[in-house]
Amino acid sequence: MSSNYEDRDFGFEREYDRTMPRGPRRMQRRKICRFCIEKVDLIDFKDVKLLMSYVPERGKILPRRISGVCATHQRMLAEAIKRARNIALLPYAAD
Amino acid sequence: MAEKRTYELMFIVDPDAGDEDVVKLSEGVQKIITGQGGSITKTEMMGKRKLAYEINHKKDGTYVLLEVEGSGAEIAEVERRMRVNDQILRYMTVRVDEMRRRADKLKDRRARKAAKKPANGKAKAAAVSSEADEDEAVA
Repeated sequence: MSSNYEDRDFGFEREYDRTMPRGPRRMQRRKICRFCIEKVDLIDFKDVKLLMSYVPERGKILPRRISGVCATHQRMLAEAIKRARNIALLPYAAD
Repeated sequence: MAEKRTYELMFIVDPDAGDEDVVKLSEGVQKIITGQGGSITKTEMMGKRKLAYEINHKKDGTYVLLEVEGSGAEIAEVERRMRVNDQILRYMTVRVDEMRRRADKLKDRRARKAAKKPANGKAKAAAVSSEADEDEAVA
């Protein structure tokens, strides 16, 4: 199974400054945790609309290397997504 | 064990059950909880919605959310009853008081940090002040 996260635009990376290009690598946009910006302390498992944006079609949790979410918030997010799955608000696997 | 705990109790009722059945079920649950010494702080009928996956070959269900305060004994009792009730497709209890306390702590820490920051570095101070402006805009 191939993952095509890299090709997709989730809209998290836009509107932020480009950092200096490192070595021969392509210029990258700096990703910033949107929960930190919005000062979110608690991610609710009932907020399906929010969680959906971190669950691509396949139903997997979007890794933070793609979304740019910080470790703390990724942990909360994962917890909330797993709870939502349990109560059938989000799929375990979908295709 | 005497401490008060807060729980969120969510359950899914069979979509074939009528509205009265749903109300009756949730009232039954509330009665059990109050009978065991707990109290209900919030009731929310979230209505019928599509399930993300089939449960017992059902494609949708009626969601009910309760917020319960108590010792935990009433949760055990309610869950025991729900397990044997065919009309309840799925239930889940989440303890929220600890989560909320943690969130408050985070908020506290951030407030303290924000108060401390402007003291060091001009560039940083500028960044912080622009951030603070944003805060006010949000608030």
